[in-house]
Amino acid sequence: MAGLTLGETPPSNSRPRRQRLSARRARRQRAFRWAAVTVLAVFFLLPLLAMLEFTTRGAGGKRSFDTWRLLVDWGRLSETYPALSAGIIDSAGQVVLTVLLTLVLLVPTVIWVRLRLPRLRRLVEFVCLLPLTIPAIVLVVGLAPVYAWVVYFLGGSSVTLTFAYTILVLPYAYRAIDAGLSAIDVRTLAEAARSLGAGWGTVMWRVILPNIRSAVMSAAFLTVALVLGEFTIASLLNRSNVQVAINFLGKSSATMSVAVSLAALVLAFVLLFLLSLVGGRRRLSLVGGRRRFSLVGRRRRFSLVGRRRRGTPKENNS
Amino acid sequence: MPTVAQRSAEPASNPAPAGRGRLSRGAVNRSIARSSSLLGVVPFFAFVTVFLAIPTLVVAIGAFAGDDGRPTLANLAALANGYIIDAFVRSILLSAVTAVIGAVLGALLAYALVTAKEGGLLRRVVTAASGVLAQFGGVTLAFAFMATIGLSGFVTVFLRDNLGIDIYSGGVWLFEMPGLVLVYTYFQVPLMVIVFLPALDGIRPQWREATESLGGSTWQYWRRVAGPLLAPAFLGSTLLLFANAFSAYATAAALVSQGNLIVPLQIRTALTSDVVLGQQNLGKAMALGMVVVVAVVMGLYALLQRRTARWLG
Repeated sequence: MAGLTLGETPPSNSRPRRQRLSARRARRQRAFRWAAVTVLAVFFLLPLLAMLEFTTRGAGGKRSFDTWRLLVDWGRLSETYPALSAGIIDSAGQVVLTVLLTLVLLVPTVIWVRLRLPRLRRLVEFVCLLPLTIPAIVLVVGLAPVYAWVVYFLGGSSVTLTFAYTILVLPYAYRAIDAGLSAIDVRTLAEAARSLGAGWGTVMWRVILPNIRSAVMSAAFLTVALVLGEFTIASLLNRSNVQVAINFLGKSSATMSVAVSLAALVLAFVLLFLLSLVGGRRRLSLVGGRRRFSLVGRRRRFSLVGRRRRGTPKENNS
Repeated sequence: MPTVAQRSAEPASNPAPAGRGRLSRGAVNRSIARSSSLLGVVPFFAFVTVFLAIPTLVVAIGAFAGDDGRPTLANLAALANGYIIDAFVRSILLSAVTAVIGAVLGALLAYALVTAKEGGLLRRVVTAASGVLAQFGGVTLAFAFMATIGLSGFVTVFLRDNLGIDIYSGGVWLFEMPGLVLVYTYFQVPLMVIVFLPALDGIRPQWREATESLGGSTWQYWRRVAGPLLAPAFLGSTLLLFANAFSAYATAAALVSQGNLIVPLQIRTALTSDVVLGQQNLGKAMALGMVVVVAVVMGLYALLQRRTARWLG
């Protein structure tokens, strides 16, 4: 770098000029940076502010927090808007069950494939990423007959949407867990534990799982955020959740539905910010080099067919 | 690689065989071990078959089946109807326009971030916020915009009362295509920041210095060095944005309660309204059409991704 900066022209003449140039460039870049960030920040913050303003409108142009007071008073809320409180309860059930089902289904499978069936790894990865190319609106068309059977066996409760949601979160959860497993040496850990007499259950539950705890956490966070925001499948299969309730409420009480929207949004914000904080601080330098768990890091590897180069520090970018 | 991995996986269960008899028994054991270890993935594949493979097949087969279950091409032929073609054209137009706007604005913002200090506060805050906003779609987004520029929204009222500007003097466009473009842009820009930032990070300062030491200007650097290197990444990200907008449903559904502007809304009608005789499977044909478009776009994206990885990987 130093050689390049000096160049081959006589340094007495070119060096100050270049420094001047780069100083000017830095100034210009700073001006551009703040202009771009400010303009876009206004665009992105305006709707959020507008929601707050909209929900605090009172009679006679005064601010009033009645809507918010109603929203935090559960008893009164379920009396006034029974559909909304039912939707919130349904969403809570869906969130808990989807997180459980996703983790129970995915974590052991991914570990097992890594340890015992490495040839299946590509297939599992492909299957897990497949939902990214099938829009939810398409999936719901095919799910309708499947759900006829689900109703037959398990009943028509809204909680049964868990199955469909598990499919929807598969790509995100897989990426998170796979990144976590790539950062540790699963094979060595497993062999060490096995050679000390541990069964496979012990290996998974007490050896590998604690090592990928933060990956599992981020998979769970993403699942929560996605399930809380899901509307397509619930609405078209005539089930209820909080988004369907908001949409339904929008026709009668716009203020309340905007308030719930803002609350749901803030909740998702907090969840994903927590996730990105966990991701930002934690750098795994055990085996995987400069890998990081972050929303951003995972997102960028969303190519279905893209090659994956293992073990190189640049892998995050590929 | 798999063979090495395979071999190292097994010695735990198979101690080194001493004679020929032991060897064959070892082989038998090994094949038993392999098939029993296949059992471990049965739950996963069973679940995926029921809730992912079967729905996909239902769509794919249903698109070619008539009301009586016999194979037919009538559903696909029905796609050529004027109103369906219009919906597809509008869908593609909406996705393309928002993808391009989102890509340009997002790339500018991403470049602004790259010039900031790495690990600095600005960059961390903006990337984290982008991560959240890119996921933020659906009903909540529609309501956010109704509260902002709806008929009694914050901005609408402010402009009317204070500046005397009526943004709806030419008709209410929020619930039409222009409204959809504006609302979709809201989640496309952050997504672009997320997917394009890594490519910009891959640009090395040495390349700029090399250009300068060879006497190149800033324009030449962008035109001859950075531009061609970033072009595949930019195009690829734009395609991803296109697919993202094309498959979005919830925002449009909450915003446009009447009418079938775009394909997802057409599918909604096909699913929820009384089925017109002879068109039971039309929704499946439209769904298949969507899958084909998304698959083509994602295939191109994968190709471009490979090209990007060559330099900026």
